Amino acid sequence: MNILLLLLIIPSLTLAGLLFCKEREQARLVSVVGMGLQFVAAFYLLFAFLQERAAGNTAEMLFTSSYKWYEPLNIRFDLGVDGVSVALIVLTAIVTLAGVFISWRMEDLAKEFFISLIALATGVFGFFVSLDLFTMFLFYELAVIPMYLLIGIWGSGPKEYSAMKLTLMLMGGSAFLLVGLLGLYFNSTGAADGHTFNLMEIAAGGIPVEAQRIFFPLTFVGFGVLGAMFPFHTWSPDGHASAPTAVSMLHAGVLMKLGGYGCYRVAVFLMPQAASEMAWFFILLTGFSVIYGAFGAIRQTDLKYINAYSSVSHCGLVLFAILMLNKTAMNGAILQMISHGLMTALFFALIGMLYERTHTRIVQEMGGLMKVLPFISACYVIAGLASLGLPGLSGFVAEMTIFVGAFEHADTFHRVWTILAVSAIVVTAVYILRVVGTMLMGPVNNPEYAHLPAATWYEKTGALLLILPIAAIGMAPLWLSEMIRFSLEPVIRQLGL
Amino acid sequence: MNWEQLLLMRHELQLLAVILIVICAEIYFSGKDKSSIVPLSIALFGMHTLAGWFPMGEGALFGGMYRTHALIHFLKNILDLGVLVVVLQTAGWVKKQLVPENRVSEFYLLLWSSLLGMYYMISSGDVLMLFIGLEMSTLPVAALAAYEVLRMRSAEAGIKMILMAGLASAITLMGISLLYGATGTFSLTVLSQKLTGTGLETLGFIFFFAGVAFKISLVPFHFWAPDVYEGAPTGIAGYLSVVSKGAAVFILMILLLGFAPSLSGIWIGVLYLLAILTMTIGNLFALRQQNLKRFLAYSSVAQAGFILLGFLSAGQDGRASIIYFVLVYIFSNLAAFGVVHSVEAATGKENMDDYEGFYRVNPRLAMVMLLALFSLAGIPPLAGFFGKFFLFMSAAAGGYYVLVLIAVLNTVISLYYYLLIVRAMFLRKSAHPLPVIQNDYWMRASLLICVAGILVLGVSSGVYDYIFGLCVRL
Repeated sequence: MNILLLLLIIPSLTLAGLLFCKEREQARLVSVVGMGLQFVAAFYLLFAFLQERAAGNTAEMLFTSSYKWYEPLNIRFDLGVDGVSVALIVLTAIVTLAGVFISWRMEDLAKEFFISLIALATGVFGFFVSLDLFTMFLFYELAVIPMYLLIGIWGSGPKEYSAMKLTLMLMGGSAFLLVGLLGLYFNSTGAADGHTFNLMEIAAGGIPVEAQRIFFPLTFVGFGVLGAMFPFHTWSPDGHASAPTAVSMLHAGVLMKLGGYGCYRVAVFLMPQAASEMAWFFILLTGFSVIYGAFGAIRQTDLKYINAYSSVSHCGLVLFAILMLNKTAMNGAILQMISHGLMTALFFALIGMLYERTHTRIVQEMGGLMKVLPFISACYVIAGLASLGLPGLSGFVAEMTIFVGAFEHADTFHRVWTILAVSAIVVTAVYILRVVGTMLMGPVNNPEYAHLPAATWYEKTGALLLILPIAAIGMAPLWLSEMIRFSLEPVIRQLGL
Repeated sequence: MNWEQLLLMRHELQLLAVILIVICAEIYFSGKDKSSIVPLSIALFGMHTLAGWFPMGEGALFGGMYRTHALIHFLKNILDLGVLVVVLQTAGWVKKQLVPENRVSEFYLLLWSSLLGMYYMISSGDVLMLFIGLEMSTLPVAALAAYEVLRMRSAEAGIKMILMAGLASAITLMGISLLYGATGTFSLTVLSQKLTGTGLETLGFIFFFAGVAFKISLVPFHFWAPDVYEGAPTGIAGYLSVVSKGAAVFILMILLLGFAPSLSGIWIGVLYLLAILTMTIGNLFALRQQNLKRFLAYSSVAQAGFILLGFLSAGQDGRASIIYFVLVYIFSNLAAFGVVHSVEAATGKENMDDYEGFYRVNPRLAMVMLLALFSLAGIPPLAGFFGKFFLFMSAAAGGYYVLVLIAVLNTVISLYYYLLIVRAMFLRKSAHPLPVIQNDYWMRASLLICVAGILVLGVSSGVYDYIFGLCVRL
């Protein structure tokens, strides 16, 4: 059986199994087993992929298969992966498993929580394995909708407001996306029998430039909403702040990557001419996201808001790098997606743990936590250092590659924006180090904190699951970078560079 | 004339037989036994629905006044499914309310006569036949809307419906007479050849169109819908919103795409405008509704606007997407009405606030409602997503990208108000939640059918392929 199909069957079976669960213990056991299997399958896919490549298989997409679905409309379910999607699938598997561990103590409606969480993950997996615009769109919406229930039922603060805002904004984005996809379909020429939704066939046939000019902005904005592109980022801080821990992790860690991946795989890959023509405008927007997010984070006092704005900044950098339209920068963009996915998930997991103990997320109310919660605090420092791009951790590799790639453009416009974006990294250091200093160092400012319980086994497992790959990518980035680099070839060819 | 030819009308004859048997049963059973009319009717109608799927011939009768072929036959089967679900959902209400008042068989008589009218309407090859069918399908529903006659609201709904329907029929008739004056024929086939788009024909056509638009409750002919839905017995509101509307959509499709393509220069513009108006106004009014029946009324007005998108593509895909959407819509909307009906039957409550904390008390009903609302909103992998997607696709095939964008943005608005109910059911906790609701088997069966439809119709492509195959001709 196709390994990619397995990646969809395992979560579906887990969902089916969860329906029959009664107790919380059963539900979380089923989820952990299911997502554990998914984790194993994802790594199996990674090794199988690397082996195929090592064996000299240079096809653009591996493990492809195609299932007929709506024949009269030529809608198929096409599966296939390249290095980029494999990397993102592994990321999703890691974050999902960590998220399940972090939600081990879920009290209220635990079964429903895990069902929604895994439904969300199923959507993400489906999105990454699809080679077909129709199924991509289907899984995209499937991933967004559970967010409403997840934030609305299990969230905190103004959860109803945040949940509604997030859902409507993302669905509004998908409205533009839908029109863009339909435009691609009806302008496609690649298939032998009429129009097609298949990505590779559309790319092979090409889209007329006039159509590209209309549908590129629609598609890019559609995915850009999910990638928190300015000015469509406002759902992100509220949504992340109100969401329960595991949901923030999955959402910032994985779901926002759908936006970046879609911009890269659909918007730029299929409509290269329009992309080169209009890149300048979107560079303005995304560059602004990078700076705005960083300065936004400085002003926040709530840990979750700090991270949400930091995500806006980092995800903006992903889109920014994609729009540089050269190989190095795009390579950096994919690395940044993975790096940011891991470290932001780690951040949110740690914030959740801290909040459970101290019942506050305001930085100034905490102090000296390093002395009472050494494990959590150490992890927080690691995440922080990865986020500000310390060499040896994944963030450095990604950002360095992006800026080297961006600097390959010699004109003033690109140079200026690159320098501005680099300066945002300095700002990142400000807000990360300030939090670390205030919250973790210094004397314990609240006597009640002296008796905080240490991290439990499931919390440690969740955190380690995320830290290990951060360090691994930071120490040995080359294999990952190579895997991605090779997969970028088709896009670069399309761009004619 | 060959008597065997009458078998072309087998569908109508079957239903007539069912009606007659139920009338006889009314005479046969007396006193307490009257309640056994309910299961008898359901069984008979179930058999009728099943028998409808047997293959049937095609051809015309009575000099072309009546015509049938595979697609028309399939459309009738779709309506049967809708009515079957309605009959199952109303069973509990009929037993509780109507049996003591001794008004059971009339209920079924009225319901099915209206269905019979729809059959003839869809099968008509002649404008007069069409008009008779239209009348026959509307008048009994007005009586049904007023069926709980001692309840003021129900009586009001009946009066509103009959007055508005009467006006709509008068306008339709006016249109027919103008068309006859312009072309000198009643036959649709001849009419379609003679139509050239002169001023008189256009005027006649617009009058005629207004009458049908009333039945579909397109804006600005929608004002009756919320009031009638709110006042009518809930089962009848469900019937109005899916079966009656579905039949009107079918006849509009047959007329516009089958017989009046030569006038498409006129009606495409009209439909374009009405689609935008209907979606937007339906949605904006639905936003503020508290009463769930009114809410569903406005939501079904908005849904009708989406259906119009399918008319803009002249090809097979457009027709297929219309029929497929109506089929999906029948299941989704009736599931929602079923839940509202069971809550209303058990507690008499029909406001959105009353549903707060619903999931924690009645998880299954809440799940049905969730699936129904998500399907109506077009969330994958439920059937509603595919229905809407194909409608949008067929409009995009005609190049109407702006309209598609407006429509998709409208689905986002509609998602907002569907989520309001989800919010009440799942997110909120209530100090006074609804009690645990025990449904009878009939209601459970109907909800099961609807949920199966919502889950299966989209993911398995067979139904759409089948419909697409049938749509070669109209």
